[in-house]
Amino acid sequence: MNMSDTPKVPSKLEVEDLVIDFRTGGSLFNPSILRAVSEVSFELTTGQALAIVGESGSGKSTVARALCRLYTPSAGQVRLDGVDVNAAETSASQRDYARDVQMIFQDPFGSLNPVHTIRHHLKRPVKIHNPGLNADEVEARVIELIERVGLSPAKQTADKFPYELSGGQKQRVAIARALAVGARYILADEPISMLDVSIRLGILNLMDDMKRDGIGFMYITHDIATARYFAERTAVMYVGHMVEWGDSDTVTQNPQHPYTQLLISAVPEAGRSGRRELKAKKGDIPVRTPESVGCPFAGRCLQAREECHTAMPPVTKLAEDHFVRCFLFDQDTEN
Amino acid sequence: MADDVLLDVRGLSVDYVTDNGNARAVNNVSLQIRPGETLGLAGESGCGKSTLAFAISNLHAAPALVSEGQILFEGRDVLAMSDKELRDFRWNKASMVFQSAMNALNPVITIGEQIIDVILAHKTVTRSEAWARGEELLDTVGIHPSRMKSYAHQLSGGMRQRVVIAIALALRPKLIIMDEPTTALDVVVEREIMDELYSLKEEYGFAILFISHDLSLMGEIADRIGIMYAGRLVEIGAAADVLERPDHPYTKGLVRSFPTIHGPKVRLEGIPGHPPNLLELGAGCPFGERCANRIARCDAQVPALEALGGKRVACHSPEREEAIA
Ligand SMILES: Nc1ncnc2c1ncn2[C@@H]1O[C@H](COP(=O)(O)OP(=O)(O)OP(=O)(O)O)[C@@H](O)[C@H]1O
Ligand SMILES: Nc1ncnc2c1ncn2[C@@H]1O[C@H](COP(=O)(O)OP(=O)(O)OP(=O)(O)O)[C@@H](O)[C@H]1O
Ligand SMILES: [Mg+2]
Ligand SMILES: [Mg+2]
Repeated sequence: MNMSDTPKVPSKLEVEDLVIDFRTGGSLFNPSILRAVSEVSFELTTGQALAIVGESGSGKSTVARALCRLYTPSAGQVRLDGVDVNAAETSASQRDYARDVQMIFQDPFGSLNPVHTIRHHLKRPVKIHNPGLNADEVEARVIELIERVGLSPAKQTADKFPYELSGGQKQRVAIARALAVGARYILADEPISMLDVSIRLGILNLMDDMKRDGIGFMYITHDIATARYFAERTAVMYVGHMVEWGDSDTVTQNPQHPYTQLLISAVPEAGRSGRRELKAKKGDIPVRTPESVGCPFAGRCLQAREECHTAMPPVTKLAEDHFVRCFLFDQDTEN
Repeated sequence: MADDVLLDVRGLSVDYVTDNGNARAVNNVSLQIRPGETLGLAGESGCGKSTLAFAISNLHAAPALVSEGQILFEGRDVLAMSDKELRDFRWNKASMVFQSAMNALNPVITIGEQIIDVILAHKTVTRSEAWARGEELLDTVGIHPSRMKSYAHQLSGGMRQRVVIAIALALRPKLIIMDEPTTALDVVVEREIMDELYSLKEEYGFAILFISHDLSLMGEIADRIGIMYAGRLVEIGAAADVLERPDHPYTKGLVRSFPTIHGPKVRLEGIPGHPPNLLELGAGCPFGERCANRIARCDAQVPALEALGGKRVACHSPEREEAIA
């Protein structure tokens, strides 16, 4: 497909000290607040991918939704090429942003409208993005998109309703939709979790080609091997915080944060059957509130010290592109 | 022999009746699950795994139609059960964690209410006993019991998936069908839940039908693995035999397709081509068009599932070779 309409000017989508709080109950004057995302900072650039891995419930989808402006930051900023995307603005620039930054939702079952065919789902974005095309050209483009995500025969797939597709087939329609609008950034929330390994590779390679065409990716996944395969950089999240990030190979092959080490050690490998001792204390994953202090992993960490329970460690730079938030590496506290 | 079999699927075919004709999503599948056994089921997206799982629990509905075959659970025909028998069968005897688990929860009532509803519908216990049991179940799947009062939209994808696993465990059934139960979970939680599941399994001895695309995980937990392609079972056998010494060309392709966390980083190409259109299945092997080992017979006749070195494989020209490591 012709991707040349994707602008090649380098661009940057930045998140700085993002905080997202949710009200989960309580009373008007004493609400209970859940801090889903705490002080998260990173940047996406066109033509590159950042993988976000980490604990289930750590705020990965919430960060993506904030980038799509589905949530307003409780603190911090999201900036596209230096401009705060939540600042007051014209509806035209809002429309641009909505096209530029597309999300592929985690749950393919909920993201397609059951009363519309697949053709309908793809036709609209194609038309909006290419107002000059006539009906035949729109149809041709729709078919091309369906083929591109490996759904064949394309014409028959186009006629289907979402309930007539398997889980993985639906996920591919969602990817085709993001392709249709000509996004500059794609926030892919577990886009391949329901695909078999072979089709998974097809989609990863497709995303890789899109990346080479200049699209910037945020790739949320639980499959750390594919994070390393696809993304240049990887960030690890635990209970709302980024605890380690940097070059994907370094983070996956030489993890330093105790949570990252735990995560990497738990990756399944066929043949290594049976139970594997996990190097962590048993414990609940904490519920974080604005009042919480200390490192969220301290309760499970085998190397936790006293200070870990009372303060959040600062960021330590371990190498050119390798960062960690853990007191084990903080120079000031080491004696 | 029959005593040894918990679930016996015999020659099952399931069609989707569509305007363009019948699509055979499950095609003459026979498999057995013994008490306490874990059978893994993998295969291309769209090859009929979920359809098979729905049919086994007799939960399939129009346009899906069981056109051939039988499903026997402890010797009783599931497809012939009365509504009353079915109520007892589902949840009490066999429970299911759906692939769309994240979506399966009711958005307007708390997850606690949903868990105790299932318990109260089948067990004579008080509300507060059911509530306590619910909290215990949440704890089992690693969710703080205070979340009983949450609504589904307040939980992350993985948390919702775990709630559904908790509900499936609630009545201690003899068979749990899990359709991609851990796709939304991080590997640490996944391992903790699988460990927990396996201690419960040791205690209560239930069997698991585990549907997943994660062959590595399956290789760790399944006793036997079945591979499906275009509605048919194409290879089935002991887990290590299937993953380390695959015989069917499709299984071989699958095993070669996943990136590893430590190995070299090369662009992998997967299995070229597309699965066949279920509405236009030809006379030959459904994998034929994509197969490198194709011989004349492959175009003429669908290979039957036949014994081959301890496994059963459906292939006219299996190329036996040493383990691909
Ligand atoms: N609308 C909401 N209201 C209240 N709490 C919410 C809401 N959305 C998310 N949360 C909470 O915020 C936290 C982060 O959720 P999020 O969905 O971002 O996690 P995640 O990292 O994407 O997890 P998963 O890997 O399981 O999808 C969770 O504790 C969740 O319960
Ligand atoms: N309601 C329906 N009407 C028509 N065809 C359907 C319907 N539901 C499913 N199918 C088709 O039946 C086939 C099998 O679907 P099924 O959901 O069982 O696949 P699956 O193996 O579970 O795939 P996945 O791994 O992607 O979840 C697919 O090709 C799908 O398109
Ligand atoms: Mg999520
Ligand atoms: Mg399925």
